Amino acid sequence: MSQLSLKVKIGKLESLTDNPTHYCAGCEHGTLTRLIAAAMDELRIREKTVMIDSVGCSVLAYNYFNCDHIVAPHGRAPAVAAGLKRVKPELTVFTVQGDGDAASIGLLELVYAAKRNTPITVFLVNNAIYGMTGGQMAPTTLEGQVTTTTPFGRNAAMTGTELDVSKLLSGIDGAAYVKRASLAVQELSSQRGKVYTIKNLLDAKKSVENAFKVQALGGFAFVELLSTCSINWKMPILDAKRFVYEHMAKKFPLGVYKDTFGVEKQ
Amino acid sequence: MSKQRVYLKGNEAVAYGALEAGLNAYFAYPITPSSEIPETLAKEFGNKKYPEYKYFLQAASELEAINMVLGAASGGVRAMTATSSPGFSLKQEGLSYAAGMELPFLVVDICRAGPGLGNLGPEQSDYFQATKGGGHGNYRLFVLAPASVQEMALFPRIGFDLAFKYRNPTLILGDAFTGQLKEDVEFPEFTPPKYDVSSWAATGAKGRGPHILNSLELDYQKHYKHVGRIFEKYKLAEANEVRFESYLTEDAEKVIVAFGIVSRIAKGAINKLRSKGVKVGLFRPITLWPFPKLALRKLASEGKQFLDVELNTGQMYEDVKLAVGDGVTVDFLGKWGGIVPTEAEIESKLRHLEVLAA
Repeated sequence: MSQLSLKVKIGKLESLTDNPTHYCAGCEHGTLTRLIAAAMDELRIREKTVMIDSVGCSVLAYNYFNCDHIVAPHGRAPAVAAGLKRVKPELTVFTVQGDGDAASIGLLELVYAAKRNTPITVFLVNNAIYGMTGGQMAPTTLEGQVTTTTPFGRNAAMTGTELDVSKLLSGIDGAAYVKRASLAVQELSSQRGKVYTIKNLLDAKKSVENAFKVQALGGFAFVELLSTCSINWKMPILDAKRFVYEHMAKKFPLGVYKDTFGVEKQ
Repeated sequence: MSKQRVYLKGNEAVAYGALEAGLNAYFAYPITPSSEIPETLAKEFGNKKYPEYKYFLQAASELEAINMVLGAASGGVRAMTATSSPGFSLKQEGLSYAAGMELPFLVVDICRAGPGLGNLGPEQSDYFQATKGGGHGNYRLFVLAPASVQEMALFPRIGFDLAFKYRNPTLILGDAFTGQLKEDVEFPEFTPPKYDVSSWAATGAKGRGPHILNSLELDYQKHYKHVGRIFEKYKLAEANEVRFESYLTEDAEKVIVAFGIVSRIAKGAINKLRSKGVKVGLFRPITLWPFPKLALRKLASEGKQFLDVELNTGQMYEDVKLAVGDGVTVDFLGKWGGIVPTEAEIESKLRHLEVLAA
């Protein structure tokens, strides 16, 4: 741990309210909330930021972020964000979408926001499942994965395979920044037994900051964040974290997919 | 454009009318027979005559367009989109959210024949969807029904005013006829009013608490109150914003009820019948919501009988029946599929009713 430069602000953030979140135990939505709020504080953009709350587990974010909010219809957050950003270019506009919201019902809105290089920031929480509605198959559900609508495992012959949103968007000329990070702590084995590293979390934190910087530079910024949903995966929390690295990250490789402004190198 | 007489299509007129009313952002999706609206607004983008007009975008779908309008309206600016019936069906999601979020903006629906793809001819068959809150949940839109190109040009001013006064979307419900019709129009001098949006618009929480534009409320009691408050606004609008036109109704024994382009044809039939000594008149709702039910009830209380004429199978007819109450005759003449009734057809329907009555 000591080798890593660990700069995390401890204590109350101006960009957060005092409300406790509704997120389930083990869920990374709370982590992302903290990382985004920290970035807003550090970049001093809270007073000019409008969050578009999308339908899914992040829909109650207006209770947590101390900024203006617009709660969008299911899947439409990038369109609502674009509409506001175009008439108020001085604002910072971002949304946190789930995989169902962004990659299924709202794929058109996301793709066209990217294609036009709309200067907004989109965070996609990919937990391979519809969380808020109780664990149905998402476009990102892994082949063979059991959900309430794939009780015998996702059958690729019927439903196709997982949709890789970062790969899709990076293939679109327009999107300025596309990155996939992970919010899950990673289990490592050491001589002393199991240890957990947060190095991916620190990378996620950097990605969140970069995503706001890219918007300020006038580009579309997209960060996909691999996450767990231990409740709907019906898995103990630490098994779920392991699942992210043993299975999800193999189908959804972490890394920078596109970085037009070179913010990763700064 | 001000004061000058110009010869325009209805669709062009509503576009220029919106610009004269201070339009700030337009989000387009093409659909016949409404496409001259985005085409006109694309052409005028950057024209220094309209300094408030700052953004035009052709969206990738009707849904994307209406949701961009939601975003822009949340910023407190004058935003607008236009469509035709199949597209208007797709807009219902956004309109329901907008009513719940209390967002002011303008939508134009140039109604064509349905259901489904129907055809490109005029119909008034979006009446139910327009006036009853066509999406899910409890809400209404303000609905203005222009009968001429001149009204297409002026209704955006009224539309934005209503929208910002009540924080609710306004719909201008035209049809393929009023959209494609070409007539002389005037744009009287107009300075768009400044609307105070400082108490609600999402412009960044600087020096104030957050503004949250939201239709979600998980607490049933709070949601009951939220929707109840919206309906208190609607009651106020029903008392103050009703618009209609009465033409020769005072001594009329029979009153034709018609809106939009049909009212123009009805006037022709009325003039012919009047010249033959038949006492007929016209009642034209201009606001389809709020519907002028008290004015109609008053006419009914004077013993008049009614003929409702529409470009559909009988939609406003239900509101007319409700307004006049039991025991009052309301006959119906409907045309659909893009077919418009002729003056002669309206005349003969009235004559036929007279024979029956005798």
